[in-house]
Amino acid sequence: MKIHEYQAKALFREYGIPVPRGEVARTGSEAAAIAKDLGGRAVVKAQIHAGGRGKGGGVKVVQTPDAAREAASGMIGKPLITVQTGPSGKIVSQVLVEGPLAIEKEYYLGFVVDRSKERVAIMASREGGVEIEKVAQEDPEKILKVFATPGLGLMPFQARQLAFGLGLSPRAAAEAGSLIQKLYRLFVEKDCSLVEINPLVVTPEQTVVALDAKIVFDDNGLFRHPELTGLRDVTEEDPSETQASGFGLSYIKLDGNVGCMVNGAGLAMATMDIIKLAGGEPANFLDVGGGAREEAVTEAFRIILSDANVKAVLVNIFGGIVRCDVVAQGIINAVRNLSVRVPVVVRLEGTNAPLGLSLVEESGMSFIPAKGLGEAARKVVEAARVGGSLV
Amino acid sequence: MSILVDQKTRVVVQGMTGREGAFHTRQCVAYGSKVVGGVTPGKGGQDLDGIPVFDTVSEAVEKEGANASLIFVPPAFSPDAVLEAADAGIQLVVCITEGIPTLEMVKVKDVLRQKGVRLIGPNCPGVISPGQCKMGIMPGPIHRQGSVGLISRSGTLTYEAVAQLSDLGIGQSTCIGIGGDPVIGSSFGDLLPLFEEDPETEAVVLIGEIGGTAEEEAAQVIRERIKKPVVAFVAGLTAPPGKRMGHAGAIISGGRGTAAEKIESLRSAGVLVSESPAGIGPAVAEMLGR
Repeated sequence: MKIHEYQAKALFREYGIPVPRGEVARTGSEAAAIAKDLGGRAVVKAQIHAGGRGKGGGVKVVQTPDAAREAASGMIGKPLITVQTGPSGKIVSQVLVEGPLAIEKEYYLGFVVDRSKERVAIMASREGGVEIEKVAQEDPEKILKVFATPGLGLMPFQARQLAFGLGLSPRAAAEAGSLIQKLYRLFVEKDCSLVEINPLVVTPEQTVVALDAKIVFDDNGLFRHPELTGLRDVTEEDPSETQASGFGLSYIKLDGNVGCMVNGAGLAMATMDIIKLAGGEPANFLDVGGGAREEAVTEAFRIILSDANVKAVLVNIFGGIVRCDVVAQGIINAVRNLSVRVPVVVRLEGTNAPLGLSLVEESGMSFIPAKGLGEAARKVVEAARVGGSLV
Repeated sequence: MSILVDQKTRVVVQGMTGREGAFHTRQCVAYGSKVVGGVTPGKGGQDLDGIPVFDTVSEAVEKEGANASLIFVPPAFSPDAVLEAADAGIQLVVCITEGIPTLEMVKVKDVLRQKGVRLIGPNCPGVISPGQCKMGIMPGPIHRQGSVGLISRSGTLTYEAVAQLSDLGIGQSTCIGIGGDPVIGSSFGDLLPLFEEDPETEAVVLIGEIGGTAEEEAAQVIRERIKKPVVAFVAGLTAPPGKRMGHAGAIISGGRGTAAEKIESLRSAGVLVSESPAGIGPAVAEMLGR
């Protein structure tokens, strides 16, 4: 789960990590009032779940409360397009208004679970404020890394290694070392999967401040953090994806015209791949999950067909524990109840597949049965190209 | 004839009295697996179809000689269950549970590494040596006893690959679903050498997917230590970056972990990669000259 910068900074404050003074505003007048409190000069930052805001025009330095009002009004309620949002951008519904900060130098600090080392990795770099992935690719030696020992955690000497490795003055290094340890505590206590400060700044007075803040929580850890549920912003999520997750479905909308409904994430990805290989473009990723109950199947069809681009649907089910005849009945009922108008190719394999296929064939509806993945993909791509309807 | 599990495997099921646990225990028994006991704290002395239930894993080890554990307990209690099995001297732990926090797995994995206990999963379908022992939730009947080993990060896609092999008359020595989480018990690289040493395994199939670097690490192991032929498929060639595709692991971030990179890396290690998921079985047949 992602959260906004202002929410991440509130968590930072709880853990004693220095952040600029500031508050969140939902209107231009609120922004003006906050800027006035801050002494007039301020930075107005659009709050969306995506990076690249500065280059997209989502960060503005203002000199007066009126300018803050204007900047905030120019952002709130409007889409902000950055390299990470996609072409339609994301609607800004709030801005963070912060006091200005004198900056001597910018650094990068990031915490992530390293999958191959199976440990929490803490990374720091003198190349702050820029695309850190680019640095990682082009100059990996410019990124300092330490790994926390499970059980022991991050030792003070490791935090010092990073702080002095960045070439900080003794005063700034002491502050950075303490900040790194506090951040590690936050990372572990809140079950994070990513915490990033980019940039972490050192001021001319040699204090260290988190100018930006990014936190992603491990979804698997959320069950033990009821205090975090209020931080979720569903307006940042695709509404159909949110609706799907309510039914235990995992749905991601894509740009093609071949809808797919599959059980299992790996098989769902493989189904998208084979549609592409057959010359088509998948309209979505959809995993109906292990259960594939009738209710979920109906909902899956509803969501797939809510995308007007969909010209044909491929149902690809590998029955393991799930019986194909049960799934087939679910498909028939869903198609009937929703009066589906596009062609539907059905491929059933595994437990009770022949029984399921005969149900589909005897339903009186013109489903297109398919054997094997390859045949299913060819048939659905052809159906999407030719068009036509099921009834 | 196989790796990890065979006719000598004596399974204890942790969480056997739960709905999932009971259902799959019966399926495993029906397949022919030797399930010698179950563990549900507080239900010791009860039984499931005559299989004794114990309060602790160590009792199941002492009284029934259990040497492998299959775990169906909820995510909040799974790390504890895995460590209990390891502490009781179990050498192979298979954890089916989905939804364990990554940082819990980081701690568990560290302990297992020190103890030398092998974990498969979590968030996986389990392990099966066809005709000998099924320790997991995969459908038994699609498998066929034979000489191809299979390791996969996926669930139903594994069944798809197995069915393709069986349909072509190619049997399997052992099929392992290693799970799709960021931190897992055993990786491709950990298991490939076991197949290399198994005299009955002729070739190995790897089913990978986007995210992480497990396939790149596997390619390295293959280059250095594996002489048997390897066939692979990597799912997610069409997946867009930055989107989580169902599995916690299946996400492309920062331009890394793409299917194209993984395929390239496997090919450079001499692996026969099928770009189509429908071509896995045929690729193995071609490799084996059948």
